[in-house]
Amino acid sequence: MLAVAAVSLSFNACKPKGAGSAVSGNAAERAYVPPGKYDEFYNFVSGGFSGQMSVYGLPSGRLFRVIPVFSVDPEKAWGFSEETKPMLMTSHGFVPWDDLHHIEASFTDGMPDGKWMFANSNNTPRLARIDLATHRTAEIIEIPNTGGNHCSPFTTENSEYVIAATRFSVPPDGPESDVPISSYKENFKGHISFVSVDKASGEFNIQFQLKTPGLNFDLSSAGKGVSNGWLFMSCYNSEQAHTLLEVSASKNDKDFVLAINWKKAEEYFKAGRGKKQAVRYAHNKYDEHKHSATSEIKTEVTVLDVADFQDLAYLIPCPKSPHGTDVSPTGEYIVSSGKLAALIPVFSFAKLQQAIADKDFESELYDGIPVVKYESALYGEVEKPGLGPLHTEFDDKGNAYTSFFVSSEIVKWNLEKLEVLDRQPTYYSVGHLMVAGGNAKKPYGKYLVAYNKITKDRFLPTGPELCHAAQLFDISGDKMELLLDFPTIGEPHYAQALPADMLMDKSVKIYDINANHHPFKANGEAEARVERHGNIVRVFMTTIRSHLTPDVIEGIKLGDEVHFHVTNLEQDWDMPHGFAIKGANNSELLIMPGETQTIKWVPDRVGIFPFYCTDFCSALHQEMSGYVRVSPKASNVALTSYTGEKQQN
Amino acid sequence: MVVKSPYTIKPLHGALLIVGGMALLAVILLPIWRIELDAAQYPEGLELLIYSYKLDGQVEIINGLNHYIGMKTLHADDFVEFTVLPYLVGLYGLAFILVGAVRRRGWLYVLFGAFVLFGVVAMADFWRWLYDYGHDLDPSAPIKVPGMSYQPPLIGFKQLLNFGAYSIPAIGGWIFIGCGAVLAYCVYVEWRMANKLKKS
Repeated sequence: MLAVAAVSLSFNACKPKGAGSAVSGNAAERAYVPPGKYDEFYNFVSGGFSGQMSVYGLPSGRLFRVIPVFSVDPEKAWGFSEETKPMLMTSHGFVPWDDLHHIEASFTDGMPDGKWMFANSNNTPRLARIDLATHRTAEIIEIPNTGGNHCSPFTTENSEYVIAATRFSVPPDGPESDVPISSYKENFKGHISFVSVDKASGEFNIQFQLKTPGLNFDLSSAGKGVSNGWLFMSCYNSEQAHTLLEVSASKNDKDFVLAINWKKAEEYFKAGRGKKQAVRYAHNKYDEHKHSATSEIKTEVTVLDVADFQDLAYLIPCPKSPHGTDVSPTGEYIVSSGKLAALIPVFSFAKLQQAIADKDFESELYDGIPVVKYESALYGEVEKPGLGPLHTEFDDKGNAYTSFFVSSEIVKWNLEKLEVLDRQPTYYSVGHLMVAGGNAKKPYGKYLVAYNKITKDRFLPTGPELCHAAQLFDISGDKMELLLDFPTIGEPHYAQALPADMLMDKSVKIYDINANHHPFKANGEAEARVERHGNIVRVFMTTIRSHLTPDVIEGIKLGDEVHFHVTNLEQDWDMPHGFAIKGANNSELLIMPGETQTIKWVPDRVGIFPFYCTDFCSALHQEMSGYVRVSPKASNVALTSYTGEKQQN
Repeated sequence: MVVKSPYTIKPLHGALLIVGGMALLAVILLPIWRIELDAAQYPEGLELLIYSYKLDGQVEIINGLNHYIGMKTLHADDFVEFTVLPYLVGLYGLAFILVGAVRRRGWLYVLFGAFVLFGVVAMADFWRWLYDYGHDLDPSAPIKVPGMSYQPPLIGFKQLLNFGAYSIPAIGGWIFIGCGAVLAYCVYVEWRMANKLKKS
């Protein structure tokens, strides 16, 4: 009996300790930002399948804002107001949802410049630009010839280009794309888009696309410093399988990192070496003065086939389905994480250049592209780092941090020596990780955030659907120290952290009402009115604490389409007003000071319909309401409107 | 050789008056008085600046808030003072310079008397406006607190419902006070010197 107990105890002792709690003594103090104090960093976090971008503070993990990007948001009327609907237009029409994957800051000389955040949508391929003065989406552009824009929105050293690339290779757009899916190897192509960013306005323009063999581009990282002018992209499915990829795209020992000399590509494009292709894609822009978006369908793109050029692209063999490809702060090392590999290869930019100069290639081209010999480009391998490496970021002291999905941990290793220095568990199954400034020339360091896919027992359970989570580590010491867990919106893929003082002073407080050029603005209460144009009724409404003008509207008839153009006359910080009307089939409006926004309402029955301000604006917010009277189509009730007895007209 | 005359003031005093006069001319363009308002909802504070010819600061926001208690909205057009005050201040500035140049003791006394009179009248007028705005409230105002008036203090601090009102001279006001002090000092010293001369 005793022996059995002893044996079972000793077996128990053999069992490794569970994840448990690995928080050090004063973690609370280091992650605690007292009430009224500011965080050190803004953390822009992708919302994954929520389609949105969230803004958190670090180190507190407090959520400040969810910026609607690719998905509609009835709270903010994004995609519901007449002004924002064009932002979600595509060549497929209005698309109300997408999968926002990665986020990258705009860069100047390899450092975040605080102007914009870029984001990609994976499903209906698009790129978005978020303005960091307004924390709103300013522009969205669709990417033609692409399926699954996953390998995006990574930018070059001075954000000359934002990259978009296909994760699911498809035949080029057009009528010829009706081909058997089994003809993948023959007909399916990858496309890598170079989308230029105007230095001043930020405006996107698809300069050119590179056509490649039908590979699956996963992630990319632009060269910087010594490797500026190059782009490195991980590719999986070198097998070019089209079905059961789980098995059939995992056969080869090595897939590829594609190294592109983008400066060369730009030269060829400028020399007119590309071919123009007829395509259709939407380009949507939000005008901050008209407070309205426009959507334009563009019809042409210039394509360069990499196989037509000798010196544009090179493939570097990389173990087993690489996921993240990350360039070190100096630009010399390219770390690629084969997600099924038992080691991490680190390539050297100098060796790659030498290999290219020496034509140190495999004997056979891969679909017309030279393949550099693995050893010729390799700096070294990190041995036994963990299981399922995904992404790598860097600190300011020559260290790299790699996330491991399968072994659920973050591993810190020295970039030069390729030695593992520390490993810390994550809870659970970390995907992306982010070091503050970890993709820049001079990382800020100090904090690392792991973005986890599985949270199981970490928080109070909320039924079958659980949150994803972020975990904050302090990386200023030799060992990484876990400070904080916080839930995130959607699925956080990548994120960016910018120092608070880079952004907080330029944050817009109000929109200048004198600079409001909305065509349906009511310039003061004196201009508030109701106009009928056939069955379209336009209500030029104003809001100011604490009344809506007009707040009595009669003469609306069944069959009318009523446009409420609501102008918020306030010029005071943090004084938005809301607008909602009973039975509206869309959403509320939230109108910022000095802004005009429009909601369309089609009444479905006769009667009296209250409307009101939805944002508790002032002591008399509850009084901020009004009525619309809807009469039968044939009625002769005159169109009238007023607010208060004095203003009756 | 400085001539000591019962009718002439010291060159130093003349120079002081000329400098004071130029400073007064600058006051035309500077804010004279400042009323700061603080509330829980306005941790950054609201500011009303009174110039010789205009109101500045967050006038529109203050007007927006004041409608709750039925206070009249502030409009520069309602104040006849704003059309007169720049000329008056300018006139005093020129008078300072003139007296400083001519250096007649008698003129100095007259200037002092006129300046004191101006200061008293200006403050009384300011107080009257504050009283008027604080008491002449729209009877249909949403917020009515029995017995409550909203007269900001002439100078100093007063709590008005959720707003703390703090009223102090702005740069122009301080210059004005400074000029008054310089003028008073000159008058005092000159008066003593004149008395001594008479006795000797």
